Amino acid sequence: MEMLLLLFTFVLAIFLGFELISKVPSQLHTPLMSGSNAISGISIVGALMAAGLAEDSKLGIALGLIAVICASINVFGGYLVTHRMLSMFKTKGGDR
Amino acid sequence: MNTIIVLAYIVSSILFIFGLKMLSKATTAARGNQISAVGMLIAIVATLLYNGMDYKWIVLGMVIGGGIGTIAAIRVPMTSMPEFVALFNGTGGLASMLVGWVEYNKALGTSNIHELVPMIAIYLAILIGGVTFTGSMIAYAKLAERIDGKPFLYRGQQVVNALVLIVLVAAGVFYIAFPETVATLPAFYLALVLSLMLGVLVTIPIGGADMPVVISLLNSYSGLAACAAGFVISNTVLIVAGSLVGASGIILTNIMCKAMNRSLGHVLFSGFGAAGGTSASAQAEAGEVKAITAEDAYYVLEAASSVVFVPGYGMAVAQAQHAVRELGELLESNGAEVKYAVHPVAGRMPGHMNVLLAEANVPYEQLVEMDDINPTIENVDVCVVIGANDVVNPAAREDESSPIYGMPIINVDLARSCFVLKRSMRSGFAGVENPLFFKENTRMLFGDAKASLVALIDQFKGS
Repeated sequence: MEMLLLLFTFVLAIFLGFELISKVPSQLHTPLMSGSNAISGISIVGALMAAGLAEDSKLGIALGLIAVICASINVFGGYLVTHRMLSMFKTKGGDR
Repeated sequence: MNTIIVLAYIVSSILFIFGLKMLSKATTAARGNQISAVGMLIAIVATLLYNGMDYKWIVLGMVIGGGIGTIAAIRVPMTSMPEFVALFNGTGGLASMLVGWVEYNKALGTSNIHELVPMIAIYLAILIGGVTFTGSMIAYAKLAERIDGKPFLYRGQQVVNALVLIVLVAAGVFYIAFPETVATLPAFYLALVLSLMLGVLVTIPIGGADMPVVISLLNSYSGLAACAAGFVISNTVLIVAGSLVGASGIILTNIMCKAMNRSLGHVLFSGFGAAGGTSASAQAEAGEVKAITAEDAYYVLEAASSVVFVPGYGMAVAQAQHAVRELGELLESNGAEVKYAVHPVAGRMPGHMNVLLAEANVPYEQLVEMDDINPTIENVDVCVVIGANDVVNPAAREDESSPIYGMPIINVDLARSCFVLKRSMRSGFAGVENPLFFKENTRMLFGDAKASLVALIDQFKGS
């Protein structure tokens, strides 16, 4: 039953994703991509649980640690790079 | 406590949804990114509240990974943005794959190994995560020019890929269906290694100019990998955030494919470019190439009342975006109307040119999209093509036998005159001759794009 609920969530979220973004100006293609890339760093949640609940398994600890490192690179790098990019987009009358 | 965690996940899912929505509008994009970052922070903090968490490895990992990510994000030059987006994408995929691996390792020797659905989810997390990881690494290497950016094709490529895929599926079916034999663990590792291999195999045949499609597709995969990892650990926020990214990545991929008038399947499996090269170059073009010096070009530009710059990947290579903006400003103060026309697939990632021009402080009112410039291009005095080739190739409109026939292009050949800044007469990525160079109203300004622009700027300043 739990799996079915997760499946339900998944299907709804996919549809939501398609509805959410309809027309994107080409100006924002890169930020949208790197911003959503940062969101895919959500796998950090799984990585944290793997590293934090590995107990005594050496392989578990090693894999969990690498997973946390990778996911953190994705999250920190992704958000910061997107922020840097977006702060470059300025209008003529704006704070150039 | 677990109720609080789940409620926090709901909050962060909502923030991701709003963040993504806002990211797709110019006025709210920066805000949207911050909101989604807050969502991520909430998800991370909530996860740390689980009972029995051992923080020492978590802290170590986050310090190392966060440090690397932060430093890379601050130091990366805007011209290297495509490869870094690929790199960050790959690390996300690897993390999802490792989550699958860890969970399989935990399930070994327990009754969980018999549970069908979680085992399939583990298989998918490893498959999609692995393909995302190695595929992104190949994309990174191609973009950073660590390896040749050309399509890598060999005889029997499709057969090899198909074989890998079949063994990959068979290994998966085996270790899921027979969880307690001596061959179970080897089958698991075989599937894992083949997943990584598959990422390499499907990315190497794809050429440089198709990279915008590949990068946005890999971006979508990284979301789906997170989603699969969510099914592995029964975690809703992973599933929601992962599917949002997966869906938005597919939309972006679609936009890129449309801009090239090609189907996704064609981009992934055709190895475009290497094949089209010989036939196209064989047909010699009538007409001659007319070169122009910077001085003569200056006189034309000086008299022009409307100028449109059309940048391409060559502008990124020559790092010429600042010189372009400087010349644009000089032309404006000379009384000309200056615009920058950007083709959706110019460059190596979606929106590549927009990022570079923004870095050079070009105000975005001056950027126009292909569909907006084409109807009025006959009234433009001078189009200046900077390192773009296939996206301005009139063969896409006129020559039905051309491999790029049907691709929407910026019709620079219809402008009153057209300058092409180009290093040599080498054909573009598609290996297709560009009839634009032979047109009556086209003049070639040979040399490094940046050097040519600086020469023009000097002419303006000297006058």
